[in-house]
Amino acid sequence: MERPIRVVVAKPGLDGHDRGAKVVARALRDAGMEVIYTGLRQTPEQIVETAIQEDADCVAMSILSGAHNHLFPKVVQLLKEKEAEDILVVGGGVIPEDDIPGLLEAGISAIFTPGTPTTVTIDFIRENIRKK
Amino acid sequence: MFDKEKLGQIKEAREKWENGVSKTISKQPERKAAFKTSSGVEIKRLYTPEDVADLDYNDRLSCPGEYPYTRGVQSTMYRGKFWTMRQYAGFATAEESNKRYKYLLEQGQTGLSVAFDLPTQIGYDSDHALSEGEVGKVGVAIDSLKDMEILFDGIPLDKVSTSMTINAPASVLLAMYIAVGEKQGVSSEQLSGTIQNDILKEYIARGTYIFPVEPSMRLITNIFEYCSQQVPKWNTISISGYHIREAGSTAAQEVAFTLADGIAYVEAAVKAGLDVDDFAPRLSFFFNSHNDLLEEVSKFRAARRLWAKIMKERFHAKSVKSMMLRFHTQTGGSTLTAQQPDNNIVRVAIQTLAAVLGGTQSLHTNSKDEALALPTEDAVRIALRTQQIVAYESGVTETIDPLAGSYYIESLTDQIEGLAAAYIKKIDELGGAAKAIEKGYIQKEIQDSAYAYQKEIESGDRVVVGMNKFQVKEAAPKGLLRVDPVVGELQKKKLEALRAERDNQKVEAALEALRNAAKSDDNLMPYILDAVRAYGTLGEICGVLRNVFGEYQQSIIL
Repeated sequence: MERPIRVVVAKPGLDGHDRGAKVVARALRDAGMEVIYTGLRQTPEQIVETAIQEDADCVAMSILSGAHNHLFPKVVQLLKEKEAEDILVVGGGVIPEDDIPGLLEAGISAIFTPGTPTTVTIDFIRENIRKK
Repeated sequence: MFDKEKLGQIKEAREKWENGVSKTISKQPERKAAFKTSSGVEIKRLYTPEDVADLDYNDRLSCPGEYPYTRGVQSTMYRGKFWTMRQYAGFATAEESNKRYKYLLEQGQTGLSVAFDLPTQIGYDSDHALSEGEVGKVGVAIDSLKDMEILFDGIPLDKVSTSMTINAPASVLLAMYIAVGEKQGVSSEQLSGTIQNDILKEYIARGTYIFPVEPSMRLITNIFEYCSQQVPKWNTISISGYHIREAGSTAAQEVAFTLADGIAYVEAAVKAGLDVDDFAPRLSFFFNSHNDLLEEVSKFRAARRLWAKIMKERFHAKSVKSMMLRFHTQTGGSTLTAQQPDNNIVRVAIQTLAAVLGGTQSLHTNSKDEALALPTEDAVRIALRTQQIVAYESGVTETIDPLAGSYYIESLTDQIEGLAAAYIKKIDELGGAAKAIEKGYIQKEIQDSAYAYQKEIESGDRVVVGMNKFQVKEAAPKGLLRVDPVVGELQKKKLEALRAERDNQKVEAALEALRNAAKSDDNLMPYILDAVRAYGTLGEICGVLRNVFGEYQQSIIL
């Protein structure tokens, strides 16, 4: 039997708004995925360590504080350094449209902005993780 | 309110009407099988005098300014003066924010409300590693008294009231405000304003905690005590349901968990030896206002009545001021959509009406672009104008509590009060709010509501105009406010200069005195004030307290 998709849902930085992260985490779980939620105030280093330790297929991060341009690419870069770039990275939160091309270029595979149905996120993860 | 005979006739007439309605419905069903408020209260087709048959006017409603304050805390309400129009603002540096405050005051705003950036709220200086990327983003960066002096430059502190959204390090920012007052020649007795200072809801919903529960509660009671003697016009806490609601709670849960937190603060202060009537008159509250106008109005009324009862019966307060629930309101950020942002102006107008019809003491109206970024100046002006239109043009301010006596409003007020009281009883059984948080009970209740809400949206049972119905193709919004990343560098340079020019021995001595006081039972406020006056930084002061108190470990509940 194929093992379920494993997703680390993370809150990088100092932002405390975790409603979105928790709703997404539950929706992923209800969709049959295994979800590890990190809690608040995670550094990029901690997130990458958790992702590797948990053998995650995907890291899903949420930021509403405006620090996404700094923190999201940092996670991608650290995954690369640890040779774990096969882990899919997606992000969400209050992220201005203008910032999205830069984030995609930095290696975040998708950015989900306010109003995105959880089904869109679920489908994206299913279709884009690298099957191991 | 009606005699038995009259009620009998009303019942008869209603039943006859219901029979007719059933026939209509059998041909043409209603829009939904069941109608419910956010709190899960079933909404009847029609409310009649039967629903308020047991309502004892003097006992349950009474006159404005009289116990149990259901109809408002002041005797004249908005006929005396309007609520304080107070827009929450702050971003980038103290210089930038100072300009925005002056702009808002010129536009007719009547009080200031300071938003701090996350490093400030969590007690880190701008040059701390964890501050990277966050400096000046969601509010203004304040590292020392120097920044605070710039923030209020040219704003006389004896003329404005200032609300500061600051919790874990509230004592430090209050001390800085007092010190700025000293420099302006304004004594602490003349200062008026509010610090949020509500740590329990940080653990529940907002996330900017630093210290564990016990030392945090000590800091809070230290502030209560200090202010009752030195800063008597200061609201020492703003017990907040706002963020609980934003995290996804229902209206009834918002009332319940906020008042449960309030009970915990009163208990802590009483335990510390304070007399309830010495500090309770300075407790204030902060609620959300969402779109369900009538449920929100009922919520505000229910909260006032329930708190009055708690203070009188549970804590035996004698002063009427201790029983009055005074509150600030902010319209609901989470109700705003990123899609078709102009629609948000209408949502905010409805929420403004709800807050005013509910008897708020001050109000922040959200700007239409807040689902996208921090608001621009234009968007903030429309939000402020919305308040001014409701105040000056709508007419709802001309009589007090105009919706009282509505069969629906009174019935819903009762039901929300009942639901909240049941939650409070449950929390009491768990050992109080702090214990209920530790067990994750409150967080879980909120998360369940948030998830249920999301599912309703995705199934289409709940319509959010422009988001899951009536969508249009739209271009990416232009002209959003952006905080220049150079702010972080600027703050670092300012800190470097400060550390070079201040008397570092004096700072060290003040921090050492604070460290010793933290280990004793002394009130920490005077020590913090000394450290602030010596230009000790926020990060240094919180660092000393982190060393002595340790840090809070979040319970992760999913």
